[in-house]
Amino acid sequence: MPYLGSEETVKELRRALCNPHVQADRLRYRNVILRVIRCMTQGVDVSGVFAEMVKASATVDIVQKKLVYLYMCTYAALKPDLALLAINTLCKDCSDPNPMVRGLALRSMCNHRMPGLHEYIQQPILNGLRDKASYVRRVAVLGSAKMYTQQGDLEIDGTLVNELYSLLRDPDPIVIVNCLRALEEILQREGGVVINKPIAHHLLNRMKDLDQWGQSEVLRFLLRYKPRTEEEIFDILNLLDSFLTSSKPSVVLGTTKLFLILARGFPHVQADVLSRVKGPLLAVCTSESRELCFTALCHVREILRSLPGHFGAHYKKFFCSYSEPHYIKCQKMEILCELVNDDNVQHVLEELRGYCTDVSTDLAQAAIFAIGRIARTYGEKCVVILTELLALKDEHITSAVVQTFRDLVWLCPPCTEAICQVLPGCEENIHDSEGKQALIWLLGVHGEKVANASYILEDFAENVKTEASPMVKMELIVALVQLFVVRPAECQDMLGRLLHYCIDEETNMAVRDRGLFYYRLLLAGIEEVKRVLAVPKSDPSLGVLEDRAVQPIDAWALDFNTLVPVYGKEQWAVLTTCWKSELNVEGTEPSKAEQPVSEEKKAAPSSQSDAGPLTLKLDAQMEPELFESQWKMLISAHVTSAGWQEDVHPDALQMALQDVSIYTIAMSKAGTEPWKAYLFAQEQEGQGLFLTELLLEPDKSAMCITVKQSNGQEESLRSFVALLKNVIELFVDLKS
Amino acid sequence: MKVRMISQIFILSAKGDHLIYKDFRGDGSRDLVDAFYKKITTLTADQEPVAMMHEELHFVHVRHSGLYFVASTPVNDSPFTLIEFLNRFVALIRDYCGSLSEKTISLNFALIYELLDEMVDYGYIQTTSTDILKNFIQTEAVITKPFSLFDLSSVGLFGAETQQSKVAPSTAASRPVLSSRHEQGLKNEIFLDVIERLMVVIGSNGSLLKADIQGELRLKNFFQNCPAEMRIGLTEELCIGKSELRGYGAAVRVDECRFHESVKLDEFESHRILKVNPSQGELTLMQYQVSDDIPSTLPFHLFPTVERDTGSNRLRIYLKLRCDLPPKNQAVNVQVHLPVPKGVISLSQELSSPDQMAELQQSTRSVQWVIPRMAGGSQLSAFFKLEIPRLSSAALLEIGPVSMAFELPMHTCSGLQIRFLRFPTVQPSAPHRWVRYVTHSDSYTIRI
Repeated sequence: MPYLGSEETVKELRRALCNPHVQADRLRYRNVILRVIRCMTQGVDVSGVFAEMVKASATVDIVQKKLVYLYMCTYAALKPDLALLAINTLCKDCSDPNPMVRGLALRSMCNHRMPGLHEYIQQPILNGLRDKASYVRRVAVLGSAKMYTQQGDLEIDGTLVNELYSLLRDPDPIVIVNCLRALEEILQREGGVVINKPIAHHLLNRMKDLDQWGQSEVLRFLLRYKPRTEEEIFDILNLLDSFLTSSKPSVVLGTTKLFLILARGFPHVQADVLSRVKGPLLAVCTSESRELCFTALCHVREILRSLPGHFGAHYKKFFCSYSEPHYIKCQKMEILCELVNDDNVQHVLEELRGYCTDVSTDLAQAAIFAIGRIARTYGEKCVVILTELLALKDEHITSAVVQTFRDLVWLCPPCTEAICQVLPGCEENIHDSEGKQALIWLLGVHGEKVANASYILEDFAENVKTEASPMVKMELIVALVQLFVVRPAECQDMLGRLLHYCIDEETNMAVRDRGLFYYRLLLAGIEEVKRVLAVPKSDPSLGVLEDRAVQPIDAWALDFNTLVPVYGKEQWAVLTTCWKSELNVEGTEPSKAEQPVSEEKKAAPSSQSDAGPLTLKLDAQMEPELFESQWKMLISAHVTSAGWQEDVHPDALQMALQDVSIYTIAMSKAGTEPWKAYLFAQEQEGQGLFLTELLLEPDKSAMCITVKQSNGQEESLRSFVALLKNVIELFVDLKS
Repeated sequence: MKVRMISQIFILSAKGDHLIYKDFRGDGSRDLVDAFYKKITTLTADQEPVAMMHEELHFVHVRHSGLYFVASTPVNDSPFTLIEFLNRFVALIRDYCGSLSEKTISLNFALIYELLDEMVDYGYIQTTSTDILKNFIQTEAVITKPFSLFDLSSVGLFGAETQQSKVAPSTAASRPVLSSRHEQGLKNEIFLDVIERLMVVIGSNGSLLKADIQGELRLKNFFQNCPAEMRIGLTEELCIGKSELRGYGAAVRVDECRFHESVKLDEFESHRILKVNPSQGELTLMQYQVSDDIPSTLPFHLFPTVERDTGSNRLRIYLKLRCDLPPKNQAVNVQVHLPVPKGVISLSQELSSPDQMAELQQSTRSVQWVIPRMAGGSQLSAFFKLEIPRLSSAALLEIGPVSMAFELPMHTCSGLQIRFLRFPTVQPSAPHRWVRYVTHSDSYTIRI
């Protein structure tokens, strides 16, 4: 196909189209037109033959008509003057006795993207709305939407809107759904189509006549309907009950979402619905279509946020199959980790063990990390499995196992003894920097328990010149100093040489600084070193915070059956930060949970400007470990409190704070007492850090705020505290 | 709030060629297609490819036969709707064009544009029902007919009829269901397929850890105007749910089943009869699931023995495979896939019959044992010797789990049978009716 030399092609096509012999032969004519369309699909600009194509549209051959219309819709915007010629033919076709031709012409005419079009299409659309053929009505209804969206400044015609509202009672189901869509677009500025009680119940009663696309669309429109009474809510739930077991996943999920939203405030109803869709959802999880299967798995994870044990009895459904792609296997492993309980732990671990030796290194490492997560609760069993894996002497496996051990020692101290015994020998099989860092950290912190710790570290110290990663070097300095404190005799010489190298020869400033820091610390005397290094070696409490807290169903109900679970919440947040203003979470109107957030967006800048010149860094990041060490190091800079109301739930506060660039490090589960949260924020300039603890008073009358600051600047601290209080107070106001 | 809609639909070949591109809202550009292709080809293994975001658009795609079918949308839409729609679109292309490949799509692009035009208007899904669509679709499909030796094999010696001509023609599956303006009357056929997918995990001690069946009744109707309601009789002892009891003796039990909305169920409770007025094309009548409770014995059992030659770097693996199907059934295309330790340099094998084959695949670090045909009740064995330099005892951990793939024609593991498939009155033009059963192994894992 001639991608180049499109001019030649156009010329040749024009010749063929004008040839009277070709025009006389129906099949040959059609073939030439097909060639034009083919060029169009391949991206060749064939707008040059527009005039000839318009002529070709005057035919009785419907296939040819369709092809020409397809062409015209694509190029009308480029050739508005010629497109006007086509309008005439189209107008004529709109009164053709054949409804198919009428519909086709009307649809194509409305699809022409050119200015001033509405003058021509207004009347045919109005006629179309009253056409006796449902096919034409469907086209006309959407045509009215096209007319308004193309002509943004067109004044809304009340009679047309009324006509569309009355067409909601049309006998044809597709017309009904199209009416909803058209009204939604036309009335966009007024908040979209109004779903009042009669319309809602009319739609509910027509649900069974619709096909699955119509059903999911109507279910989505019904989300914005707010029933007045509890009785009505349950009436609706009853009417829709049968759709929960539809054979179409989109309908099942759409119904589930509507149920979850309607039954807000009835947690037992919500839980009941989720247990009813368990079967259909699991069926989708094993569907033949990988894409459906993946999407369903993401939604299963969403449900597990609130009901951790929900699929516990069905854990076998999440075993991986040999032929599945990685992204499904990884998703299933994540789910398996969350479903572990006393009864199935043995089976789940056996299953995961099988993946650890997979050919794919990514998958193998993911499986090892998954076992590590289970180890936080079932330490002994997992350490045995992980130790076995070390014997394979595979680089990627050893590295992943040692990284898992590092986390495990921190979160689950009882495992330490067993882990320290198997560490010697690992160093031979670790060559990546993450693995090295983990091993060095372990040897530094628990060096006294590992017999040959100093020899292993000595090897690393000897080879420090060839080490590429500065992170490994920094870790090594810390580890050696720590080991020196417990085993001075073995380490003194080595430490001296390492520090000498780092200070004299190292070119990386961070490494050199760390070297200098420890050198000076050592000069201050061994007691001082001990005091500085006496940090805790484990913190089981962090594990609880790191595990996702059980969330209320309402926290994700709005995101259910959208793309958010597919991307993952974190990924979604990253993706949408740039497009925040344009994108809107699906949901028919800003719901209760969203309102405060959007309100605060407006409020936040003003509060910032009152408080003084403080700009917080967007997307500031901080490791929980670093936060913890900083928190322990700093002294409280400011303690205050903000008013709180008893019935306000602090969970959504996280979102509100995020909008003003205050990020949450950890937060208690809903309903725990005392409720606590740790926040941090970073200054845009100056890099000053604000660390904050929120503590809800037992009687929930006030929120205690403790702020610690890294650089001690009075002014910015005052602004920060003011901003934080402002947000919290606004939040409480809006929520209560 | 933004309105739900599809901005564009496009089909790309595996190499990134644009096969079909349709812009419904006039707000996109072709660059998006290339942006999509660039994104999808640069994904790393652990990234989920189903949904991707580019600027303000979300791409949702499915892959079939190496082609990408993509829908883009500016709103945070229901992924289920989009994926199901794309799958349905693919099924329709298959119904109309007979098969799905780069070639059929580029030959039939006009037909596909016509289909899209009727299916989606202004980004809103209008209909995907074959009954409605067939009234509007005017273009004839261009059929590609691959040359196949199977066509020749049905002509027997001296023109005698071979057995193959008595069973349903294998080409039936790859012929367009929906365009029947020509050769009318030739294909008055209805196929009812009972398809089951088996998901099994067997523990290292031989105990059954998991056994699930996903089944469906799929109707493929070539008959243009179905004259009357078709009645499909299922096994009368079919029980649904764990507690229901029906009939005497061995019942067929399924845990859950769902039906297509066009299926009438008024005689289902009493006689297990489904009534349907089938439209032309493919239709999934019923889907069912069985979990952890398979009535018949499993089709395959494997007895592995792994030995390590002391003193040398050799591993001996002895596999005994028993097929526990009834003697009149057989399994075809059986593949046994055995992961082996890393560093294997050579494989020597002793197989029990010459039509079998085994090879070492370095890319997946495994031994693949292929058995073209295996009769029920039979037993096969394979003996592998693997040469592995620097063999450590820990390497034994890397052996297994074995996974198997196979097909069981004429067999359902749930035991579900079709009693009859009939039209109420005898009609002169009654279609030929075929019932086919097949069980596929979705995943069949045996731990060692």
